[in-house]
Amino acid sequence: MATTQTAPRTTAPDVKLPVLKREKLVLNDRSYHWITERICGIIENKQPFLWWLLFIPSTIIAIVGVGFGLLHLVSTGVGVWGNTNRVMWGWPIVNFVFWIGIGHAGTLISAILFLTRQNWRTSINRAAEAMTIFAVTCAGIFPAFHVGRVWFAWFLAPVPNANAIWQNFKSPLLWDVFAVSTYFTVSLIFWFLGMVPDLATMRDRCKPGIRKFLYGIFALGWRGGNRQWSHYEMAYLLLAALATPLVLSVHSVVSFDFATSVVPGWHTTIFPPYFVAGAIFGGFAMVLTIMIPARLIYGLQDMITMKHIDNMAKIILLTGTIVGYAYLMELFVAFYSGALYEMEAFKYRITGPYWWAYALMMTLNVLSPQLFWFRKCRESLWTVMFVAMCVNVGMWFERFVIIVTTLARMWLPGDWKTFSPSAQDQLLFVGTIGLFLSMFMLFLRFLPAINIAEVKWTLPQSDPHHEDNQSHPDPGTVEHDAYQQELADRKSS
Amino acid sequence: MSTTRKRVYGYLAEFENPSALYKAAEKVREAGFRKWDCYSPFPVHGLDAAMGLKRSVLPFFVFVGGVIGCLTAFALAYSTQVLIYPTIVHAKPANIFTIPAFFPVMFELTILFAGITVLFGALALMQLPRLNHPLFASRQFHRVTDDGFFIAIEARDPKFSPTETRELLATIGGTSIELVEEEDN
Repeated sequence: MATTQTAPRTTAPDVKLPVLKREKLVLNDRSYHWITERICGIIENKQPFLWWLLFIPSTIIAIVGVGFGLLHLVSTGVGVWGNTNRVMWGWPIVNFVFWIGIGHAGTLISAILFLTRQNWRTSINRAAEAMTIFAVTCAGIFPAFHVGRVWFAWFLAPVPNANAIWQNFKSPLLWDVFAVSTYFTVSLIFWFLGMVPDLATMRDRCKPGIRKFLYGIFALGWRGGNRQWSHYEMAYLLLAALATPLVLSVHSVVSFDFATSVVPGWHTTIFPPYFVAGAIFGGFAMVLTIMIPARLIYGLQDMITMKHIDNMAKIILLTGTIVGYAYLMELFVAFYSGALYEMEAFKYRITGPYWWAYALMMTLNVLSPQLFWFRKCRESLWTVMFVAMCVNVGMWFERFVIIVTTLARMWLPGDWKTFSPSAQDQLLFVGTIGLFLSMFMLFLRFLPAINIAEVKWTLPQSDPHHEDNQSHPDPGTVEHDAYQQELADRKSS
Repeated sequence: MSTTRKRVYGYLAEFENPSALYKAAEKVREAGFRKWDCYSPFPVHGLDAAMGLKRSVLPFFVFVGGVIGCLTAFALAYSTQVLIYPTIVHAKPANIFTIPAFFPVMFELTILFAGITVLFGALALMQLPRLNHPLFASRQFHRVTDDGFFIAIEARDPKFSPTETRELLATIGGTSIELVEEEDN
């Protein structure tokens, strides 16, 4: 933690400079040992009833939806998805874009907030990165299987196939293959490397046995020596610096799939920033959706504080407003371009048979986050949870609106059709929700859900100069309470 | 049966908190030791300077990795699209001037190769993974991943002396000083 050097003061000695106290990221002056106990306790103690209540149904849904759903699809043929028409092809793409977007908040928290030294990220980054990995896994299922004959999915890889035909490197779909697989790999490396010191903590706490052996293997023999930390911190910084442009590129490339096609409603330059903002927006909503319950169930209120929730709510407000701007700008540009087809495409979106999806998208994504302008709403967990759920649904409908309404009125009238997902379509999507949840529950069960080492690092006493600063307080300043303290005072009064 | 010979690894001393560790690290460095390390549950800010460590060389490897990734992607795209199998789509040319369309893949592979280099480069520099280490034989060292701050000075350091090093660690504030031994096979 940086200490600030103040320049020699020239003001009168009785004038006190107001200084905002540094926000406490861990409340109630918890010790290092308390943090270790509380986080490792999630794994070591018996899981609460609610964990089983979520884990068992979601696993069943995953097995039925993804397992049997895909078995049926592969054994029968991709026709069961009803992909006889381009509109029907939209479903897997909607779900692919939905899931991949959710992943983006994890990388934002772990990489971009790291580079900008937002230390509050430490208590949520592990779970958010796990969410990224699981969301990208769910996302990958859709494009892999919608190719039709999945055993030929390796045609996507740049190796010559039986006809010696190479991939078209000028196609955004191939860029997408590279972008998503790079994103998954780098996110996995980031997640794993960040977890090594915490796996060592687990290793050192376990009794000898299979658990200790496995944690030991994955902890790689970590000792916490500063000669290791020195390289480790550099590695972490480099990964953050690599992941930051990567995360922006992934959803940009996803948007290229649409934006480079000559299709009214898709062929716009606003797509890359619009998709990236939407992805971060939807991802943060998902982080809140899973972290607010986890925080209450496992008693993590001292580490995931109201300030964390306040910050995330503000990011949702910001990105939601950017998304709203993009929606309106899209309409304006369509109008301003004077292009007949472009205007018709948007008119069809708003007033056509899918008007309800457009209205849902606008209400849930643009209007609902505006509640976060009000402090009372950011402080009420029910409201935050409500808005987060609104955004989860709203962002799915955003992709639905973009993809389906456009495909429903392509150039050829022969392609026109009203979209309706088949039962297998719906089954697979619900299955991926189950898969995501069950993987997340397993993560909570077996891996440290909060970054133990980094949370300890944010404590004020972790600064080697903490004692010196405490013993030499600056007499020329008067300290003002930060958000948390104010909140506590208001509660007690 | 205690027939196995033991070899001295070095002294391990505990320190109270990060500031104590920081101040002690400066003293150990000034005493001229080379084979020693500070152990802490989290990276202590400024400890690299206190120990006299150089900046990690990892960025150099990662830069090389990134460049190789970029060149790989270009070679892949150029050789397949222009040399081996010119794919003509939308009547666009199949020559070097289509390079802007190769940029996304070149970017992604730059990141991918650099990211993989970060992982393996960092592991190599940290000399991990390893299955065991003499320090794990210590009674107290398991606390390093919880709330323990330690300094270990190795016996193979030329300045190491069984009595003086112990005294040094005691004078700079080290407590529960322990002689760590490893089994010599």
